[in-house]
Amino acid sequence: MENPKIAIVLGATCAGCDYSLLDLPPEVLLDVLGKVEIVYWPTATDFKLEDLKAVPDGEIALTLYEGAVNNEENEELARISRQKSQNLLAFGACSCFGGLPGLANVTTREGLFRQAYLDAPSNESNGVTPLRVSTVDGHELTIPDTFDTVRALHQVVPVDYYLPGCPPPLDLIGEALTALVTGDLPPKGHVFGSSKSLCDECDRRKESKSIHELHGIHELIPDEEKCLLEQGILCLGPATRGGCGYPCVKMNLRCWGCMGPTPESIDQGANMLSALASVLGLDRETDLTDEAIEVLMKQVKDPLGFFYRFTMPTSLLKRAVRRNQ
Amino acid sequence: MEATQVAMKEFEPKIVGFFCKWCAYQGADLAGTSRMKYPLNVLPIRVMCTGRIDPTYVLTAFAEGADGVLIAGCHLGDCHYETGNYKALRRFALVRRLLEQYGIEPERIRLEWISSSEGSKFAKVVTEMTEEIKKLGPSPLKEVA
Ligand code: SF4
Ligand code: SF4
Ligand code: SF4
Ligand code: FES
Repeated sequence: MENPKIAIVLGATCAGCDYSLLDLPPEVLLDVLGKVEIVYWPTATDFKLEDLKAVPDGEIALTLYEGAVNNEENEELARISRQKSQNLLAFGACSCFGGLPGLANVTTREGLFRQAYLDAPSNESNGVTPLRVSTVDGHELTIPDTFDTVRALHQVVPVDYYLPGCPPPLDLIGEALTALVTGDLPPKGHVFGSSKSLCDECDRRKESKSIHELHGIHELIPDEEKCLLEQGILCLGPATRGGCGYPCVKMNLRCWGCMGPTPESIDQGANMLSALASVLGLDRETDLTDEAIEVLMKQVKDPLGFFYRFTMPTSLLKRAVRRNQ
Repeated sequence: MEATQVAMKEFEPKIVGFFCKWCAYQGADLAGTSRMKYPLNVLPIRVMCTGRIDPTYVLTAFAEGADGVLIAGCHLGDCHYETGNYKALRRFALVRRLLEQYGIEPERIRLEWISSSEGSKFAKVVTEMTEEIKKLGPSPLKEVA
């Protein structure tokens, strides 16, 4: 029997997902590599789009698409991936939910360009912005057009499997690849990860319910045994799918929610907002004036950026209203 | 000519109302049975308690085209689950800030305490809110693709 073909396709990605493939324990990586045929993986070797296009439709057993869909090229690759593959897996938080690049949905394409090339304090472009078409040594070069709204992969083409995380946890990658090579893929729609929330898996001590002050991680060194949220650190654990082994929390850092919403959730940010607002000021809730409530809630400086760090494009509202720029 | 007439037609806001079944919903009922006059722009949804209104309900309402959301329940101290309405107060203070970041005016979401005997307060709140949303115009989310 022929080895199953796999492809690794890059959308709007930082390539961190790629690196986690290379970080797989050697025994897993070598075992898998020996049992598959890689037909496309531009990060690893010099594959060209033509190589992917040349594969007969439906012949790739599994394509891992990493990154969000943010420009014409990403979309074209997403469509070709779908066409060529029996199974398409959204690889990483960007692909599953829109991820960090998805936060661009707070603005428009024009707003994004202005910020990136003109307004950002670190900018040194001196007003030079990229041209869609330019001529270099007599060759006409085009760059793909950026979209106004960033999308997750399943908002563009049907997706069979999801493997969240930023980057995806190694154990889960191993699980997915092993499932492929042993011919034991789970039912379509499966999300690699736990069916519990991160808090359900986290072993920190949870005791008091009410919190009053929120702290940035630069403001205190948290107790390593106690729940971070109860210490006033905005940990996204209550609204996040488990299965990553909570490496961040183990490092005494808060969870940012890269595994995405819990299984039944339709909006990770709304769940976290709800969880936080319930405990904030709880033990004196009947004494709080409207002003006191405002002060409590204003401690969350950037609700959207905090609650939807990885999921804005797949949130219920998907993007911010376009203001007249 | 026709186009001008369409443009002149007054905008009728769609407001989704989440009313607790113990107080506000009955207040709404009373306003209706007493034949009080108030605009019919509110689609009432009965919930057990304002403390049970998940932020996803409100976000869904806006995502599906609501121009405003009215949340109404028992007066503070009268909640049948003791402190559900206090919870709602804190929760929606934060929801308002979130909606602002999404570009939705905070005035589009309103919290009111209306008892089962306050039919006239219900009529007044609905009238006021409908007027206010008319001034604001349709939800800006409607322009989002
Ligand atoms: S999920 Fe994280 S690691 Fe993967 S492409 Fe997106 S930002 Fe990079
Ligand atoms: S909030 Fe964070 S620290 Fe607390 S239990 Fe949940 S995951 Fe652990
Ligand atoms: S603890 Fe949170 S942020 Fe860290 S890997 Fe897990 S889900 Fe991602
Ligand atoms: S029961 Fe009416 S607000 Fe709680």
